Amino acid sequence: MESGLFKKPVFRMAGDRGLLVEFGGSIDPEINQKVRAMSLALEQAMPDGVEEVIPTYRSLLIVYDPERTRPAQLEELIENTEQHLDDIRIPPPKVVEIPVCYGGEFGPDIEHVAKTHDLTVEEVIRLHSEPEYRIYMVGFTPGFPFLGGLSEKLHTPRLESPRTNVPRGSVGIANNQTGVYPIGSPGGWQLIGRTPLKLFAPERENPILYQAGDFLRFKPISISEYRRLEEEEGH
Amino acid sequence: MGTFLVIEPGPFSTIQDLGRWGYQQMGLPVSGALDSLAFRMANLLVGNPATAAVIEFTIAGPQLAVMREVDIAVTGADMQMKLNYKPVENWTTVRVKPGDLLTFQSVKTGCRAYLAVTGGIDVPEVMGSRSTFTGGKLGGYHGRPLKKGDIVKTGSGELLPRPRRLPESHIPSYSDPVLLRAIPGPQDDFFREGLETLFGSEYTVSEKADRMGYRLEGPPVVQKEGAPQSIISEPTMPGGIQVPADHKPIVLLVEQTVGGYTKIATVISVDIPRIAQATPGDIFRFERCTVEEAHRLYRKEQQKLAALAELLG
Repeated sequence: MESGLFKKPVFRMAGDRGLLVEFGGSIDPEINQKVRAMSLALEQAMPDGVEEVIPTYRSLLIVYDPERTRPAQLEELIENTEQHLDDIRIPPPKVVEIPVCYGGEFGPDIEHVAKTHDLTVEEVIRLHSEPEYRIYMVGFTPGFPFLGGLSEKLHTPRLESPRTNVPRGSVGIANNQTGVYPIGSPGGWQLIGRTPLKLFAPERENPILYQAGDFLRFKPISISEYRRLEEEEGH
Repeated sequence: MGTFLVIEPGPFSTIQDLGRWGYQQMGLPVSGALDSLAFRMANLLVGNPATAAVIEFTIAGPQLAVMREVDIAVTGADMQMKLNYKPVENWTTVRVKPGDLLTFQSVKTGCRAYLAVTGGIDVPEVMGSRSTFTGGKLGGYHGRPLKKGDIVKTGSGELLPRPRRLPESHIPSYSDPVLLRAIPGPQDDFFREGLETLFGSEYTVSEKADRMGYRLEGPPVVQKEGAPQSIISEPTMPGGIQVPADHKPIVLLVEQTVGGYTKIATVISVDIPRIAQATPGDIFRFERCTVEEAHRLYRKEQQKLAALAELLG
């Protein structure tokens, strides 16, 4: 499988209503940046017959209405847009700060993560809250961000047996990935903290606070700050 | 005021409409009525717009006490509907009045039935849709299947001047084996013999069959030598036939958003209702189809539905 940025986008048929467009063959910031640019360009133009544009790691899926457009038309449009991609004004990615109370009852696995890597809990917190993580994709559950850029010093295997209920807002690590659970769900990630923010609120005008291509940064907060923010969010 | 009081909910009865399109990039699956055709016909019969919400019953139906005069129509699976203990047919409208009792039993044919009501089921819209997504606990009736004691409301709408019945020729038959036409891709190039296997074999619907997807049992579908078994996660479409590490295909449906396994082919839109009406033990056969043919069939079905709307109205 070819990795890196493709010279030309690769088109794949996802049934009679979906066209998948691949821009590269690996998990790579440059490729993801291109996915973001193309997806925003398409959303700005919203060509006739395009119902939905879904950006992910290295591809985007165009959901279309077969009564209003055809894949060949969409392929031509993508190829044309790609040539002018540099001229299209797209907003810079957002950096969304997520306050996290690390350890204690919110991060029951933080000591295990520290021990595994011969680190102190404070070092785990520092290493985890330092980077700006690229959101490569949102999915799996509503608002779940797939993040890139976890420090190698924190790579930790999943739990041997998953928890049946990981509380909403939990921040975890699984192998080379880190993420945060916007809704309660079963999960096998090592939990190191929790955010009081409502990451997914269907009644809010913007149900989620970020989109694929944006960045997340985790900011350590105290338990009293957690409680204060929790109240503000109206839990 | 309510329209129905739920006396017995049935195993899995949820409120559904056309689906929650437009939010997959936030990780929201489309949800919606799994058998979009039976859903459309149910609304057409009672004179509702195509966007009105209905109740989807699975495997068996509920017992409902009627609290308000409305027209109803049940389409899809035959769950032996009775009004005040007297049998009533599917695919036809029935006027029900306060004090009436609607009961259903287990399916005789099919898997999912749709109850449309004058004015549509009235629950709050969540992100543009009334569909229930139980995995995210949102939409429909408080984000969950109906329970005993729930009161289901309906919107305002006009009662029909006379009963309506779907012409016999429009009533789908839910026969086994189920023939499903599928377009190779998005990862058909990861397979060689696997494509022959898929399009030349019979697959049995396993017990793991729900609105997320139908797992199938049958000859293993194997990737060609050197092709990776998993891919970088990408969005999935309803109908996508995913081949995980155990080589047993899964047809993905409306409550799935992303996946990291290769998809050998995608069932065409007009055939997804047939999956919705299949139950564990049923046989699937896949037949190769082109995008052009699938679009032709899609347009034909839309025209047929438009003509039907004219005929009934």
